[in-house]
Amino acid sequence: MSTPTKPVTNDGQHALWDRLRARTSARIGLGRVGTALPLDEVLKFQFAHAAARDAVHTPLDMAALAHDLAPLPTLLLASAAPDRATYLRRPDLGRQLSAESAALITPERCDLVFVIGDGLSATAVQQHAAPLVRACLPELVGLSIGTIMLVQEARVAVGDPIGAAMGARMSIVLIGERPGLSVADSLGIYLTYAPGPGRMDSERNCISNIHGHGGLDYAAAARTLGWLVREGLKRGLTGIGLKDERPALERSSAQPPILPKP
Amino acid sequence: MGVYQCDHHGQRFRFNSLREVMAHASPLRSGDQLAGLAAPTAAARVAARYVLADLPLGTFLEDLLVPYESDEVSRLIVDSHDKAAFAPVRHLSVGGLRDWLLSPEADTASLRAVAAGLTPEMVAAVSKLMRNQDLILVAAKCENVTAFRSTIGLKGRLSSRLQPNHPSDDPAGIAASILDGLLHGAGDATIGINPALDNVPNAMALVAMLDELRERYAIPTQTCVLTHVTNTLAMIEQGAPVDLVFQSVAGSEKANNGFGVSLSVLAEAMDAAHSLKRGTVGDNVMYFETGQGAALSGDGHHGVDQQTMETRAYAVARAFKPLIVNTVVGFIGPEYLFDGKQIIRAGLEDHFCGKLMGLPMGCDVCYTNHAEADQDDMDVLMTLLVNAGCGFLIAVPGADDVMLNYQSLSFHDILYLRSLMKVQPAPEFEAWLESMDMLTPGRQIRAPEPSSRLARLFDQQGARG
Repeated sequence: MSTPTKPVTNDGQHALWDRLRARTSARIGLGRVGTALPLDEVLKFQFAHAAARDAVHTPLDMAALAHDLAPLPTLLLASAAPDRATYLRRPDLGRQLSAESAALITPERCDLVFVIGDGLSATAVQQHAAPLVRACLPELVGLSIGTIMLVQEARVAVGDPIGAAMGARMSIVLIGERPGLSVADSLGIYLTYAPGPGRMDSERNCISNIHGHGGLDYAAAARTLGWLVREGLKRGLTGIGLKDERPALERSSAQPPILPKP
Repeated sequence: MGVYQCDHHGQRFRFNSLREVMAHASPLRSGDQLAGLAAPTAAARVAARYVLADLPLGTFLEDLLVPYESDEVSRLIVDSHDKAAFAPVRHLSVGGLRDWLLSPEADTASLRAVAAGLTPEMVAAVSKLMRNQDLILVAAKCENVTAFRSTIGLKGRLSSRLQPNHPSDDPAGIAASILDGLLHGAGDATIGINPALDNVPNAMALVAMLDELRERYAIPTQTCVLTHVTNTLAMIEQGAPVDLVFQSVAGSEKANNGFGVSLSVLAEAMDAAHSLKRGTVGDNVMYFETGQGAALSGDGHHGVDQQTMETRAYAVARAFKPLIVNTVVGFIGPEYLFDGKQIIRAGLEDHFCGKLMGLPMGCDVCYTNHAEADQDDMDVLMTLLVNAGCGFLIAVPGADDVMLNYQSLSFHDILYLRSLMKVQPAPEFEAWLESMDMLTPGRQIRAPEPSSRLARLFDQQGARG
């Protein structure tokens, strides 16, 4: 009969796993109870999953977000998905505005419109959207920025009808990314030149993994955004044609290392 | 193209096409609802099954769900249909096929013989008339064996793909996850990385690292970097030690175009991998991944339900004699498979359909954080799949893929399955585990000990990075 053994009971093994854990966030060297995970690891996993689930299902507090953004002007909108359950099943509805919301938008003929949507992590948006917008503003000096649109039950492409209705030259969509177990509050930015019906995902630029657990920080994201916005407006495009032209952009599209390399 | 109908309890149910019969007969799932293809009522769903049950199998050779002229997958299905293999079942209806599959006459040998005579549409159709237990029972009778450096799919065996992904492809971090997996006896189906940075130089570096590691410990398995098939072709041209060619495939030409692939580029890649002659006990060099919803997601579903489109992807895979075919069942998200119930059903359908078509099926038993599922659902699905004779499962450290941000099975889960159902790894790999002193007298994986040869070797040579 074999007895339950954890690798951490031995000093040599302990040191090895500690060294290896420094190189990856993967759940390695967890030990065993029989064939199963030790209870502590089971509960750690469940807690991480619970945090990710809460990030998906906790509603975005739109009023609090508007308050955080003040005095910048904001408008509160909703997509055509009436609730979270519908939103998760019907991505097409999350890409459109509700009829009531569409009627609220008036043209502003601005260069840029910020669209902030909850996406799959309201947690990310609640935490990062306002400070990220503030970090971006100095990078966008000289460009006209319209009313900031806050959208509930939003997918990335909801920026297309909004941008078109605003008459904006480019839309900047800030949205909560699909949460993982290690990071539940990651924000992404999507840029679309000449937003409107029929835009494809290949016509957008993405700056992803903006979060505080080894992800991209606000300043770095804002610098990348500033460069992409100016280049995109100058060249009259976003998407594939604007990729791979600057090392910084490559860095932003890749997932950053969890720990600095020794 | 006819109108199909049936009467039940004074109600007439009409279906405007074979596509509609198939879609309405499918168990409820969010992807068919999203596509507007699902049965309008629960009664209509069962009515469609009545209609389907009476249809002769030959219907599917005449009334093509996706036109021959406009789709190379349909042409592949029709042109490669083996009439001799079909002969023993050609007189049957879909319901008759269900009954035959469940009968003692349908044994391992006769199922193997009939596989090339069954089109994906026939297989998808019969699956819609089968309960979960039927899907399990029949799949367990199929045995589809493939080999490269290890032999996969033998009865009484369960292999695993060790998936050591890392958020930034750090080689030392990847090696750490590989060691963890090997110490749990995982990795005999393949050791395969999904790269975070998907370009040729990075994939070249990773595949060289994997090959060096495999050689150093003389592990009888194959390695793979799951990059686009055209990248793998470029890697082979540049002399990289490529064991397996990976590619995601779907069930129509248009959906495959969305993946940037065609049948001809897959054939070119298979030939290139064969030319390297790296296999020792077999020459199956292809690794395909599929998943219900891929065709709809790629706007290439042609109004056909997602389970039938998935089965058509197996026709693509079948043409290239793959080592492994993996349905990544819960990865795509709740708009296609909403909850644990739908994921479990889809996993059993995919496994059954693939095996009936003669494929070496495995499964990534998995879910995303926006689906209504959790590890309890995965426990159910993996236990059912191993009862169904599943060839291999995906396993990652602690069930948490830190690069792709979803949950799969853990190395521990594989140990649970081995312990509960007495399934052993591939024979070559089992012998290697024994040589590394990693098996108990009861043939279970030993808990890592201070003296563990592999950990010691790794500590001395591998983890210096």
